[in-house]
Amino acid sequence: MPDQRSALVTGASRGIGAAIATSLAADGWQVGINFRSDEDGARRTLEVIEAAGGEGVLVGGDVANGAEAIVSVVEERFGPLGCLVNNAGVTADGLAVQLSDDDWQRVIDTNLTAAFRLTRHAVKGMARRRGGRVINIASVVGPRANAGQANYAAAKAGLIGMTKTVAVEVARRGVTVNAVAPGFIETDMTRDHVDGVVEHIPARRVGQPDEVAAAVRFLASDAAGYITGTTVYVDGGMSA
Amino acid sequence: MSVAPDSVEKVVREALPQFGVEPDDITREATFEDLDVDSLDLAELSQIIEEEFGVALKGEDVARIKTVGDAVDLVVSRSA
Repeated sequence: MPDQRSALVTGASRGIGAAIATSLAADGWQVGINFRSDEDGARRTLEVIEAAGGEGVLVGGDVANGAEAIVSVVEERFGPLGCLVNNAGVTADGLAVQLSDDDWQRVIDTNLTAAFRLTRHAVKGMARRRGGRVINIASVVGPRANAGQANYAAAKAGLIGMTKTVAVEVARRGVTVNAVAPGFIETDMTRDHVDGVVEHIPARRVGQPDEVAAAVRFLASDAAGYITGTTVYVDGGMSA
Repeated sequence: MSVAPDSVEKVVREALPQFGVEPDDITREATFEDLDVDSLDLAELSQIIEEEFGVALKGEDVARIKTVGDAVDLVVSRSA
């Protein structure tokens, strides 16, 4: 693991992001808990972390405009970033024929462009310090189709493409860049869509945020230093 | 005000060894290719130069730089 123990998890007020922040803190990372609007949720994430003896700081702000300001808050508190988890994501579903430019752009801006800007900023410092971890939360949607999510699929597939190329660019500096692609995970984002889904999942159940967080925790660890440019699917076999 | 070529060259000479370059091999005429300084190294060198002199070099600038002297001259001309 890099010497720097400072980490940032975007979109960490609930769901997968909250689980990731909690899990990294349990491994000794000092975690920036980013949120856009759900400050109460982010505060709960921080409480869970602190109750377990970990450290964190709340970082409000929309990743789509102000990525660098978000990183600055974490770096001022905990020092240069050793781990960045691009988790913040939005959806604006609709069939492609009905998808507005705004809904297309909003999803691309948050899920892909913001992740790129944060990654660019983070790896600059990580490369110079000869170590670091970037973990992008992608999705099974992107590598495979999901009607009604052309924007989301494009963003998530783009994230996987970006992950591979940036990984190759900085590999010789000890910086790893990987993606984790969750399948159907039980969160606020998916709760209303559970019906009829389970039969399409080989594991015959939906996943839990902690199961995604476990993969992120591993990729952030010292033990994963030789893993870069890859995508770990946490999907109960959906992509197999 | 433009920065002095000597001070740019000093920063470059100090920075290059961290990319594995032997100090004795660094001359104005030496190419980065010969010195085994790759594109990521040059991006990092650009960051150092920006921090020192406030001169931001873009990707396309860096792509044109072949020798140590090219890098120094470019920074000096950009700072003018």
